[in-house]
Amino acid sequence: MKTCLVVDDSRVIRKVARKIVEDMGFACEEAADGQEALNACRRAMPDAVLLDWNMPVMNGLDFLIKLREEPNGKKPVVVFCTTENDMSHITQALRAGADEYVMKPFDGDIIESKFAETGLV
Amino acid sequence: MSALPPAKFDFLSQDVKKRTGLILGPEKAYLVESRLGPVARREGFASVEALVDAMMRGDRNLCVAASEALATHETFFFRDKTPFELFEQAILPAFKASRAGRRLKIWCAAASSGQEPYSLAMLLDEGVGPDADILATDMSGPVLEKAKAGVYTQFEVQRGLPIQRLVKHFDQTGETWRIKPHLRQKIRFEQGNLLEDFSRYGRQDVIFCRNVLIYFDIETKAKVLDRLAALLADDGYLILGAAETVVGLTDSLRPVPGRRGLYAKPETAAKAAAA
Ligand SMILES: C[S@@+](CC[C@H](N)C(=O)[O-])C[C@H]1O[C@@H](n2cnc3c(N)ncnc32)[C@H](O)[C@@H]1O
Repeated sequence: MKTCLVVDDSRVIRKVARKIVEDMGFACEEAADGQEALNACRRAMPDAVLLDWNMPVMNGLDFLIKLREEPNGKKPVVVFCTTENDMSHITQALRAGADEYVMKPFDGDIIESKFAETGLV
Repeated sequence: MSALPPAKFDFLSQDVKKRTGLILGPEKAYLVESRLGPVARREGFASVEALVDAMMRGDRNLCVAASEALATHETFFFRDKTPFELFEQAILPAFKASRAGRRLKIWCAAASSGQEPYSLAMLLDEGVGPDADILATDMSGPVLEKAKAGVYTQFEVQRGLPIQRLVKHFDQTGETWRIKPHLRQKIRFEQGNLLEDFSRYGRQDVIFCRNVLIYFDIETKAKVLDRLAALLADDGYLILGAAETVVGLTDSLRPVPGRRGLYAKPETAAKAAAA
């Protein structure tokens, strides 16, 4: 079973996202900020990361940059999922190594089509 | 909301069929209220029935507006993927040799709000093929206006469009996303009804006619396919929607073996099969 790490400081959003990725057949882990996410990745590298931008402790972009420097850190497909919906944030994320980008508000169809775009499903 | 009396529903479905080919069977009655309600309100009628009454008194503009509102305009970028992969990997390479030095002519025959022709324009811009002129037509004025403007909501640009292509081919204007001007300029938009004569568009090398025949009856499908075939270059390709086919409808076109959704004249289809 493929694994997906959902990283968001909102419990509500994590719950919604968990439901969506589980319905797509992923085993789901959760993290509430970038540092928690990095710890989780060091324990076990997921296949996919659904990543919020603005979070306490460590934000999504800083997490992504650190993740890509980890051994095996290029493996996960990272999909940003954020209210930062402007071109400059998107290009910044892509340069840091994001594979796809979802602009909130999102729904299951959008997540699924973005996962398909990256070959995850 | 009460349903239309049968006589008025019959008038409506006959009028729509005559204008657009769309079959509005009794099983589609539920669409009438949801799709015509907004038209009735916009035009100042108290109900859909009052709108249909005015149509029955011969208000042509209302009839056209009703037809446009009853049609399904659903579309998205790179819809179904496969047709665009075929376009990129099979069709364009075939023409690159045979059409050297001449611009390819591509026609999107039911282009709706433009996602299909713009998807093709993006592929051409990314350098996969020879230069091409794209003609995009639809019978509906409002969707064509949207197509011409090339402005899409955040929701629309997240359906089927990889983020790299959004960044490469669009400019952001506030909440919306606008296709880059040089892509818009690759496409000529024209209002056109598939039931009417379209020979003025001239020979076409590639015709995309997707997810529109599905709404027509067999006779109308057959007629439109024959007229599309008449416009298609001898070595050209027709691309239909996933639920559409030429089989049993016309002898002038055949499926290209092993290429789902791709059709050609019998000789070209046979050659492609042998290759
Ligand atoms: C479901 S959309 C398909 C859009 C696009 N080809 C795709 O596959 O995503 C069907 C379009 O066909 C148009 N249409 C319906 N009847 C037509 C007719 N008789 N002539 C031209 N266009 C028509 C509608 O206005 C609508 O925009």
